[in-house]
Amino acid sequence: MSEAASETAFEAVGGRRGGNPRAWIARRAEGIVLPLAALFAGMVAFSIFLLVIGKSPPELFDLMWRGGFSSWFSIQNTLSRTAPLLLAGLCVALPARLGLAVIGGEGAIVLGGVAAAAIGGVLGGSGLPGPLGIGIMALAGMAVGALWIGSVGALRHYRAVNETISGLLLAYIAIAIMNHLVEGPLRDPASLNKPSTRPLEAAYRIGSIPGTDVQWGLAVGVVACILCWVLIEKSSWGFAARIAGGNMRAAQIQGLPVGPLIVGFCAIAGACAGLGGMLEVAAVHGAANASLAAGYGYTGILVAFLARQNPLAIIPVAILLGGIDASGGLIQRRMHLPDATVLVLQGMIFIAILFSDTFYGRFKAFNPELWTEKA
Amino acid sequence: MAGSDIGLWGVPLAILGGAIRVSTPFIYVSLGETITERSGRINLGLEGILVFGAMTAYAVAYMTSSPWLGLLAASGAGACFGLFHGWICKFPKVNDIAIGIAMMLFGTGFAFFLGKPFIQPLAPHLPALPFGFWSDIPQVRAALDVNVLFLIGVGLAVVLWWAFRNTRIGLIIRVVGDSADAARAMGVDPDRVRLLSTAAGSALAAIGGGYLSLYYPGSWNEGISSGQGLMAVALVIFSRWNPLGCLAAAILFGGAGALGPALQSVGLTHGYYLFYAAPYVLTLAIMIASSSPGRTLAGAPGELSITK
Repeated sequence: MSEAASETAFEAVGGRRGGNPRAWIARRAEGIVLPLAALFAGMVAFSIFLLVIGKSPPELFDLMWRGGFSSWFSIQNTLSRTAPLLLAGLCVALPARLGLAVIGGEGAIVLGGVAAAAIGGVLGGSGLPGPLGIGIMALAGMAVGALWIGSVGALRHYRAVNETISGLLLAYIAIAIMNHLVEGPLRDPASLNKPSTRPLEAAYRIGSIPGTDVQWGLAVGVVACILCWVLIEKSSWGFAARIAGGNMRAAQIQGLPVGPLIVGFCAIAGACAGLGGMLEVAAVHGAANASLAAGYGYTGILVAFLARQNPLAIIPVAILLGGIDASGGLIQRRMHLPDATVLVLQGMIFIAILFSDTFYGRFKAFNPELWTEKA
Repeated sequence: MAGSDIGLWGVPLAILGGAIRVSTPFIYVSLGETITERSGRINLGLEGILVFGAMTAYAVAYMTSSPWLGLLAASGAGACFGLFHGWICKFPKVNDIAIGIAMMLFGTGFAFFLGKPFIQPLAPHLPALPFGFWSDIPQVRAALDVNVLFLIGVGLAVVLWWAFRNTRIGLIIRVVGDSADAARAMGVDPDRVRLLSTAAGSALAAIGGGYLSLYYPGSWNEGISSGQGLMAVALVIFSRWNPLGCLAAAILFGGAGALGPALQSVGLTHGYYLFYAAPYVLTLAIMIASSSPGRTLAGAPGELSITK
């Protein structure tokens, strides 16, 4: 590989070497302005929809602001919902950097939660100190999640099975396994209406960040986002993954270990989602039950796409969508709208963000290579 | 054995009846997806369109007291979703798989939104033909009560199989799916053919949804579909884009889906949640068995992104 070729590859994945700072800023701005514009367009489409059904868009967005962001109480509510979204978003974003559309994060969340609850139950009588037990539970959740999504990657690479379909199928299978375990072998006989595993001992539950009602999962999620960002943007593994995501065949010809990269990144993605499930059990529900399949895995898809698969950008996006999620109840009560309102809004934003892909490279302001053509 | 006590024979009989009942939505969705994929696009959003079709069919059938009008409305709504998918995928750099994921989430969410008022009321059902009239055994009669949509679906599979080989439209769709350049050289606009193929496929998927809400299970609720639309997309790959293959695979899947309820009906309740996972496991196993790296699948449309 010649020096010039490697430099081009570096440029192609967003490197800064050799470019002037204005060009660098312009190129970076494209990835911020276009998603924001798509977000806005999605909200406009949703406003039109609200007008058609005779509801007031300003009232809705006002309630969204008040329910998600305006007071300390609502911000804490938002941040509590942000934690699983961060990890679910990572579960989509990491494989996406390799060009894989893995959207079965819900399965890893569910099984990660069940594994953590099962291990927590076993440790219950052992008298193991709390932090150690929590660590083991987290490892169990991550291991199961990694196995689940890692196998999606392995099937993709070694058997050419479409990862989108296999991931979703495995999510359905995961939910069936959870129902089987929670209704059968792991059921707490005391849980009558809503079958659950035995509640975790107090020592194995994760509390709130001091001075807040926000669960520690938020901090864990933010740290995970930063670590994944370092992995993708700053490590040689991440560099290889980005090359493979750009052109799989070229990466293979270059001798990059494409198979281990795909399986490895999918496994890390699954570990994130599994950790998300473990946090839901240890910090929110205190036991594993059907509440684990709350749809965080699916909202995580939107989080990742809005963040353009960038782990750092996932943090603000997850807070935004967590806030929309948190305001859902208020909107439902005040405006007499169904709980699916949030899903409609998310769907419209999602379609807008995907449509915005067509505008990359079209605007002169963002694309320095078009500047010289003018002269 | 006398009367209604037919013991374990109830299991294969229930599976047969279940295969016919459960397979019908699979038939429609997989035939629809076959049309779309033959034209070189993949629409993963059929799961969402199926749910939206189920809601539309139920709501319209309830309001007009005619299940057939419900089906008509569902296919119209499905076609609208398909037109939108086909239109938006025409733009450069827009990924048809990702748009399908978005349609899946949007279609489901939108159906839940509009369908809230229709969860309680009862809509009229689609008719069934009692092919079991010769028998006195209620289980046999139940198993052979064949709904009209199943029969239409079987006919449709044969017609499509014939049409892909022998008609001009079938040829145009196949050419567009195999090589957009060749289609352009023939004077055919690939985007338009794909637009219409996606619309037709989505309309069929929505009819499959209408079957769910108007015949079996026969009511509208938010848990009406459990991945049938998605599995049907996988079925299409397994049946190598052949409508008759889709029919056979759909019936096989119907049987797998009926396994859980059939075993439950003879009193086997232990671990029946795992039997509910049978269709997903079967789909996955079939996908693993039927695909392999390094070679293109026989019969795959050349322009299809999923096989590249």
